Order: sequence, then C-alpha cells, then structure tokens
Amino acid sequence: MAGILNFLVSFAIMAAIYAIFAMALNVHWGYTGLLNFGIAGFFAVGAYTSAMFTSKMPTGTLAKYVKMAFGFDLPFLCGVLAAGIAAGIIAVLIGLLTLRLSEGYLAIATLGIAESIRLVLNNEHWLANGPQGLIGLPKPLYGLVPPAYYNYIYLIIVVIFLAIIYFALERGIRSPWGRVLRAIREDEVMASADGKNIFLFKLQSLALGAVIMGIGGALYAHYSGAIQPAVFEPLFGTFIIWTMLTLGGTGNNKGAILGAFIVWALWSWSTFLILKFVPQGFQTRAPFIRYVIIGFLLAGIMVKRPKGLIGEERTVSRF
Amino acid sequence: MYLTATPKNKLKSNLVEIRIDYGYITFRIIREGPGTLNSQTESPILSLQNVRKSFGGLKAIDDVSFDVAPCRITGLIGPNGAGKTTLFNIISGFHKPDTGEIHFKGKRIDGLSLHQTFNKKLCRTFQISRELKLMTVLDNLMLVPPNQAGEKLWRTWFCPGLVRKQEIQIREKALKILQLVGLTHLKDEYAGNLSGGQKRLLELARTMMADPEMILFDEPGAGVNPSERKTLADRIRQLVQENQITVLLIGHEMELVMDICNPIIVLERGKKLTEGTPDQVRCDPRVLEVYLGGTEE
Repeated sequence: MAGILNFLVSFAIMAAIYAIFAMALNVHWGYTGLLNFGIAGFFAVGAYTSAMFTSKMPTGTLAKYVKMAFGFDLPFLCGVLAAGIAAGIIAVLIGLLTLRLSEGYLAIATLGIAESIRLVLNNEHWLANGPQGLIGLPKPLYGLVPPAYYNYIYLIIVVIFLAIIYFALERGIRSPWGRVLRAIREDEVMASADGKNIFLFKLQSLALGAVIMGIGGALYAHYSGAIQPAVFEPLFGTFIIWTMLTLGGTGNNKGAILGAFIVWALWSWSTFLILKFVPQGFQTRAPFIRYVIIGFLLAGIMVKRPKGLIGEERTVSRF
Repeated sequence: MYLTATPKNKLKSNLVEIRIDYGYITFRIIREGPGTLNSQTESPILSLQNVRKSFGGLKAIDDVSFDVAPCRITGLIGPNGAGKTTLFNIISGFHKPDTGEIHFKGKRIDGLSLHQTFNKKLCRTFQISRELKLMTVLDNLMLVPPNQAGEKLWRTWFCPGLVRKQEIQIREKALKILQLVGLTHLKDEYAGNLSGGQKRLLELARTMMADPEMILFDEPGAGVNPSERKTLADRIRQLVQENQITVLLIGHEMELVMDICNPIIVLERGKKLTEGTPDQVRCDPRVLEVYLGGTEE
C-alpha cells in the first residue's frame, strides 16, 4: 500500500511539473499561435541555471572530475527565480531574431535553437560537466521530514508553483492583454490594423511562456537531483508536452493540466504493463512501444477531437 | 464613450458641439458643422503627393497625387487591377511607397506601419472580411480601443481594479455599437460564423469602436446582398454625418458609390484618370471608356 502511495506521489510530482510546461506552451501556441518546437531549450536553460545557482563549486578531488562554470550555493527559491529570468532572457534574444518569421519557420528555428543549447551543454565540459551532467543537486526543505517522506514535501512545493502559475495565467489570458494575443493568433494583419504592435506582444508571449518553462525546468532539476543533456532531447523535452496540450485542450489551462496528467500516466504506467506482457527476449526494446502509443494517441486526437478533451471556451475574455 | 455631434442652439447655427465621451472623461469640441465645409478652401485631411509603388517590374501605383477633404465621403473607383487596394495598403502603412509623400492631418505618415497609422486615428477595413474567427463578436470589438490599461500584463496582476473598470466601459461601448449596427443578438457568437453581410456590419462596428478621424473602406459592399447594401450605405452615411469622420471608400458597386460619395476619384492602371462630382465622373468619356472597354484608338 505504501509502495503504491509513494509511486502515486512521484507520479503526481512529474505530472504537475509537466502541467506547468503544458500551460507555458499554451501561452505560446494556444493563445498566441507561436509554433514553439523548442520547449526543451528553455527547459534545459531553466534546469541548468537553477542547478548551478544552488550548487557549490566542486572542491578537492571532485574538482578534477566535475567541471562547472560557476556555482553560487544559493537557496532553492533564488535558483528558481534565476531559472525563470535566464529562460526569459534567452527567449527575448531568440524572439528578436525569429519572431518575424511565419509559423513553420519559427517552429524550425526554435527546434534548431533548442538542439543547439543541448549540444553546447553536451560538448562544452567547462560549462556544466558535459554529457555526465550535474548530480547531487540540493533539495529544498530536505531534512524536515524523514527522507522516505520527502516527496510529499516536494509535491506540495510543486503544486504551489502550479497554482500560482495557473492563476497568474488565467488573469493574463482573460484580460485585454490575452485578447490581443488571441487576436494575433487569429489574424496578425487584422490585429495590426486594430493598432496593436504585434511584434511586441509576440515577444511578451514568448518571454512569459519561456519564464514558466524555465521555472518548470528548475523544479524538474531539484526533483530528479541530477540532470544530463540527454534529458533535453526533443522527444522527452518538447513533443511529449505538445501531446499533453493537444490532448487536454489547446487554449484551455485546465485542459493543459488534464492532458499532462493523462499522458504522463500512460507514459509511466505503460512500462509496467509492457514488461508484464512482452516475452523475455523483447523486454529491453519494449519501452519503445510507448512512443508508438503516444504517436497513435496524438493521431487519434487530431482525427476525433481536434480541440482536445476540453477545448477553448467561447468567451475567454472575462475580467 | 463615443462621438456625438449636436447642433448647439446658443452658438451660431452652423456650429456643432462634438462630445467625445469616454465614460470617465468627456471632451467637448466646438467646431464648424458640415454646412460650412468647402472642399476647395478647407485644407485636406489626407494628401498624397507623387506616390509611386512598383512590385518587380509592375508599376502598381504610378505617380498618384490627390487630396481628401475632411468630413466627406470620397470615392475611389477604377477597374480591376487599377491599384485601389494597393493604394489603401500604402496609405495605411501596410506597404511603403517607393517615392512620394503622404500627409495625414499635416503630418507625414508614409513609412509608418499599420498599427502606427491606426494610432493616428486612421482606420482601415479590408476587401475580404478579416474578422477574428475564433473570437466572439464582442471580443472582436473590445479588442479595438487603443491603449487599454489591461494590455499591460503586469497591470492585470497588480491593478486588476483599474483593468476591470475599463473593461466595463469598453464592453458598454461595444454593446451600444452592436445595437447600432443591429448585431446585438450575435454578441457571443464566433465572428467566423457570421454571414457575409453581418461580417461587413461587424467591420463597420469595429471602425466605430476605434473613434477614428478617417476611415479607409475597402469595398464595404463586397459580398453583401443588395437589400443589406442599402442598410450599409445608410450606416456609413450616418457614421460620417454624426461623427465628423472623413471617409475614403473603394467601391465596385456603382450605385453605392454614386449614391454616397462626393467627390469621386478614378484610378486606372496605377494612374489617376480623373476626379470630380458623381455627375462629372459619370459623364466623362474617358471613364466610360475604361469601364465599358472602348477601342484602342
């Protein structure tokens, strides 16, 4: 019984972190129509920034094996804040370069930039220890309860972040600010003819979403305690989040959260089922069936429910 | 909340009081009414000087100059491909002219972008309705007022009271305008679900939300059936008379243009062919030739 509960708690932590990413993507894609295929880039920037802000510089023998550009040993919240700011700054720089591109090109540009960030982290050992990544990241409020129960504390922390982000986004989206974003999504020329500086609003949307992705990255880093560049490959870092948002409902923050929980449940629980039913010899390859499941799911939603489980409400502007 | 112009008894009979009422603040302007207008003497609100625009080898606009007098409906006609919409695109800042100057209210506006000309109170509509499809009719209108407090993200978090107060005012204004154009029953409908004629009315409502000083109407009658077209013409005339707005209107339907526009400018192959009253234009042999396809001689 305790085992199941522990599993559920760790499941909920990851699902909630993914829900934060799905809501951030919703700002970009659901409300502004920005085709961001580079979530993994902001994810990585957030995770690494927070990791390095909160870790000590390695000393003694360890310094021979672990290389880091800096380590500030600051508290958890400073790390999360820095992660959001760093991802936001990167987003503004990317936005200045790419936001004048149309949809498809923006998607390719963001995908390329995210991969570049991952490859830089992988190859520049001095920066953050290359492919081995960083380990032993500090956990907030660790020692408050026995280690066996620590995940409960972390779940509460993540849920608090999720709630704050949810309410802040709802406020923003239902305000005139969100209305301008949706107008840009519907027709940029028209929004511009209505006197809105669309470039500035797109930049704000990209930055806000990226800040949230950065925070999500930080929460992930301190939960897993270890990060490597391999975590931020496009599938795990980007496209699973797209599936979550699309399944739950593009243009609806509740949908984004719902989608994150459903897809993460399928992803993490299917492993057990697959291992149970697949013959011995195929077990090492079996986890890849999950990709097939996710692929079928995405195709199925697009055909049967293109708006997702709970799509956008008709009247979004309610302030 | 919006412009109302009423004759002022205490003043001289040709003066009107214009009230611009935003709910929280009211401006009163007293100026000469339409009776004293004279297109010859009044300085133009919009003026184009030697505007040229080429796309590759095609001279879309070739040395066009004209003035638009304030508080009138000026028509812009010409056969397909004459460059009417291109000219609108240039005036509104969607395209930049290659050479030439455009002045609006005495200030140069060529080189400004689309949203900047809008914020100078020069509003345009589109030949093919460009409503925001997956937004409600009401949202389509509430988007329009410039410089809303709630367009700053931080204010939605830290000054929600201010944003809410303004939202109520903007909503009221939108509802009044919807009533004026007769779309109140569709306020919560997706704009994409409206009929062609209703979309045109929505577009008109949108221009009224903007409190513009000048509107560029690109074929307001396109896709509207003849019975609705009459309503549309009335609404445009009413808008101009009540609110002291200047209109430049592209039209394909001759009866609509001849009915509400004066003067009319005729464009052909990127050049200005002629300019005059509806009667002058109607009787001009060159115009007839362009429209009826005269001989090549």
